[in-house]
Amino acid sequence: MTAERSAVQNTGAGEELDVLTRLDPAQLERLHGRLEHEAAAAGAVDLAYTTTDTPVGKLLLVATNEGLVRVAFASEHHDGVLAGLAGTISPRILRSPARLEPAVRQLDEYFAGHRRFFDLPLDRRLSKGFRADVLNHLPEIPYGRTESYAQVAAAVGNPKAVRAVGSACATNPLPVVVPCHRVLRSDGAFGGYLGGPDAKAYLLGLESAA
Amino acid sequence: MKPFEQLVTDHGPTVLRVCRAVLGPGPDAEDAWSEAFLSALKAYPQLPSDANHEAWLVTIAHRKAIDVVRRRARIPTPTEHLPESPSSLGLPGNDDDELRQAVAALPLKQREAVALHYLAGLPYAEAAELTGSTTDAVRRAAADGMAKLRAFYRRGQQRATEVAAPDASEGAFR
Repeated sequence: MTAERSAVQNTGAGEELDVLTRLDPAQLERLHGRLEHEAAAAGAVDLAYTTTDTPVGKLLLVATNEGLVRVAFASEHHDGVLAGLAGTISPRILRSPARLEPAVRQLDEYFAGHRRFFDLPLDRRLSKGFRADVLNHLPEIPYGRTESYAQVAAAVGNPKAVRAVGSACATNPLPVVVPCHRVLRSDGAFGGYLGGPDAKAYLLGLESAA
Repeated sequence: MKPFEQLVTDHGPTVLRVCRAVLGPGPDAEDAWSEAFLSALKAYPQLPSDANHEAWLVTIAHRKAIDVVRRRARIPTPTEHLPESPSSLGLPGNDDDELRQAVAALPLKQREAVALHYLAGLPYAEAAELTGSTTDAVRRAAADGMAKLRAFYRRGQQRATEVAAPDASEGAFR
């Protein structure tokens, strides 16, 4: 039986099966679109995602029913990020560009220099405790301005927790949208960034030019 | 657990081939595919982590396809005034038409056996379990189906019904 099966598979299922195996990729894409629509209507999608090209590389955008839950740089490896979310939130993950359309549009406007803050529902479930406090503070840093890690620590009521502010920024699940790029070292150096130093420099340059 | 999207990417084509082999090209196969993936998505978090994803999806799709076959059998055939609706059979003379003829040439049991064994790669025993049949009957139905497809393939453009010879093993299936 195994020999028969592998023989069929080795020869691309055999000429006589050709008529049964031919598929139009456009049909599969159409069916995927229908599944996105019907699954959303049935409330069966726990995580919808898409990717979008930006000047800082391809960004992965993931949303729950509550809002945007994760933004990831290409350097974080999108497949790995989705696999992680399948474990931490839910494996019911479907590529659903329509659900992320507002986020994509606002990011386009931001990178074009036409948007100074994001008006999107956010799902902050991936941040807990002190890290969540830090990330909640970040949107208060105005567009085009920066704060030091020490200033952020003071602002969230724990002036000594400068390192913890650093690690909160380094693990920001919503980079760009929650502006951890606006936090610098006290000596003016950039400090680390999830998307790499070039991405951080690009975002700060974009905001200071606008 | 893999993101469900990965299952759609990896197994969507095989599941569509199974649906098309059982139902022919057209809206019925697309309905079965869509219903199968939607119900799989709903149930996915409860699936045991060591499950064979393709076999699981093919099982669901096969069930949905048979639902469609039964539904279709209950719909009375119009005899006088045919409704002017778009054809579900595809345009004559293209790939879809060839597939429609090939599917029409085979009885349902043979279509199921060919789809589950040759297209989805299920062992005869699993295909038998899925169709409520026996391993031997499925093996025979798959072989007979393949023989007819071979003849159909050889005769090219000739009408598939001409090669659909009476089949003695048909009654033994199930």
